[in-house]
Amino acid sequence: MLSKIKTTAAVAAVVSSFAVPASAELSGDLTIFLDTSNPAPRATMEAMIGRFGEKHPDLNIETTVIDREAYKTQIRNFLTANAPDVATWYAANRMRPYVEAGLFEDVSDLYAEPAMAEGLASTKGALTIDDKQWGVAYTYYQWGVYYRKDIFAELGLSEPKTWDEEKANCAKIVESGRACYTIGTKYLWTAGGWFDYMNMRTNGFDFHMDLAAGKVAWTDERVKQTFMNWKELIDMGGFVADHQTYSWQEALPFMVKGEAAAYLMGNFAVAPLREAGLTDDQLDFYQFPMINPDVALSEDAPTDTFHIPANAKNKEAAREFLRFATSAEEQTIINNGKNLGQLPVNAGSSVDDDKFLQQGFKMLSTNSTGGVAQFWDRDAPAEMAKASMEGFQEFMVKPGELDKILAKLERARGRIYK
Amino acid sequence: MTVVSDIPETESWFHRNQQKIAPWLFLAPGILFFAVYVIAPIFQSFNLSLYEWDGLGKAEYVGLSNYEQLYWEYVDRDAFFISLKNNVIWLVMYLLAIPAGLFIALFLNQTVRGIRIYKSLFFFPFVISQVVVGLVFSWFYDPNFGLLNTMLGWINLGPINVLGNENLVTYGIIIAGLWPQTAYCMILYLTGLNAVDPEQIEAGRLDGAKGLRMLWHIILPQLRPATFIAFVVTIIGALRSFDLVSIMTEGGPFGSSRVLAYYMFEVALSEYGFRMGYGAAIAVVLFLIMMVFIAYFLWSMYREEKGH
Repeated sequence: MLSKIKTTAAVAAVVSSFAVPASAELSGDLTIFLDTSNPAPRATMEAMIGRFGEKHPDLNIETTVIDREAYKTQIRNFLTANAPDVATWYAANRMRPYVEAGLFEDVSDLYAEPAMAEGLASTKGALTIDDKQWGVAYTYYQWGVYYRKDIFAELGLSEPKTWDEEKANCAKIVESGRACYTIGTKYLWTAGGWFDYMNMRTNGFDFHMDLAAGKVAWTDERVKQTFMNWKELIDMGGFVADHQTYSWQEALPFMVKGEAAAYLMGNFAVAPLREAGLTDDQLDFYQFPMINPDVALSEDAPTDTFHIPANAKNKEAAREFLRFATSAEEQTIINNGKNLGQLPVNAGSSVDDDKFLQQGFKMLSTNSTGGVAQFWDRDAPAEMAKASMEGFQEFMVKPGELDKILAKLERARGRIYK
Repeated sequence: MTVVSDIPETESWFHRNQQKIAPWLFLAPGILFFAVYVIAPIFQSFNLSLYEWDGLGKAEYVGLSNYEQLYWEYVDRDAFFISLKNNVIWLVMYLLAIPAGLFIALFLNQTVRGIRIYKSLFFFPFVISQVVVGLVFSWFYDPNFGLLNTMLGWINLGPINVLGNENLVTYGIIIAGLWPQTAYCMILYLTGLNAVDPEQIEAGRLDGAKGLRMLWHIILPQLRPATFIAFVVTIIGALRSFDLVSIMTEGGPFGSSRVLAYYMFEVALSEYGFRMGYGAAIAVVLFLIMMVFIAYFLWSMYREEKGH
């Protein structure tokens, strides 16, 4: 008994030192729905929930893992009909429909706690709608150019910093009979990544966000300039042929076989590239080069999140789980190379030694002064994202049709944003 | 006396009308489910198509504006126009399954050792799932390692990227769809051929009919019921083509292989969708198109019944 009182006192001391409202004894049921259905993330999440359960033995935790794609449609049903206490989702515009329908709990109170306010400042913006926060991030990852170092060495190329260097590099790569970039646009979003970078580098972060918010016409000269820059790469044969038929995974072999020199992708591409046999001596990373020197560099860093549904039954336990999942210690564990292999959201956590995570972390924390975007299909409303990414794909196949495509997107803009 | 007057009293209303009621009683479960799960949703869709609703919040009444948008998409040659155009291509091309099925049925309608095995092999594509058919053909068309381009290579043609070319993609998918559909028509005709009257063939032969003339004047008229069913299933099949589009291209590249059924799904239920009202409006259009054919089929069936 005494020992228990002692530990409780110790916990209370620790807790109060962080000024977290004490909720030492949690009980009842806690249901958690996860979309982390791939084997590694699934194991990571289950282990983390296990550690949470050990801390709160009276809490009966039930975890349901749903296939990542199926989750995207099921969430609409379970948020209204049979809400769990904690659910995974995505930040920014992707969570807006649920926030506006009143299905996510306002968790601004968590961000008011000093520990969270300090630790989670970097992702607070992505989770803010109408000046309130609607969830917490638990992981994020950088985007950038993953390239074949050995091919660059063979051709005597170095990591490009500017658009001219990039084009010069690409010309040499094409000359050697390779494509500069592999890409698979069958599922469209990969083209959205390219558009993010082309537009953010040409017109800057704020312009990009205005475009996503429907404040700028697609027929605007500045938008056209973005596509003209992009067209330079397309016209010189910079991308693999027939990319409209491949998924992003099906585009990987081009890089593995050395038929393409680089891949603009999220950090999740590293694992399959390594599995396919590329060593760290062959594989490296650079930040997407600057195009317009007048705009600050900004990056894509999609963030995965936890939310408490408004209809949750055990919100107290859910809040404690959110605190736990975003704590510096847990963030270090779940994002390390053995687990998610991504970047921790808590400023107090340490980043894994993996060279790509280190480079990505450095890039995002020091060299992304323009801002951090989520990703085109998370920043733009769903309908616009779909229509525009289809346009990007068409543009990459038939760059000559640009005016027709932009006119179509402008019509869509007139319809979608009211 | 009393006995006679008692009889109508002891015989209950149910007893008296048993003959009339019994069929309705047996039909009742079917009618009930049909009404709840088919008829009612049709009217719900009609109703929903007048609203703007994301499936979460409150539905907002917008009158005919969903249809107006569809009209503008048609005028601007946008997604709706492409879907409609592709549906027409599907309708026309898919009908090729009927002569192809007939041809194979005639070919297989002979008594050779092991003919049953050949018949089952030809029927095989209809048995396997559309998902598998879609995958098999995606690999067949693959620009890199696909069999099609390998074969084209032998005669120094290609390579062509069927599923990545906006002009070829719909035809590519239809050919994949024709594979099982031909098998289906073949089976219909094979059963029909069993019922062909040998005496009429004999009589025709005596009168000197051979080959195509025999087929056209003697065999085909007797296959009319099979042809009718083949038409019905093929046309309905063409209009509800969805699975192959979904598996092989997801409507791509850049939306050029969409059909109405897929577009409806995309708008209402896919990852970037959730415009329920708009999806319902597309469904209504598809329903009306189908209605034209269904009404025609019902009418000709009714006429047939009356004729007999």
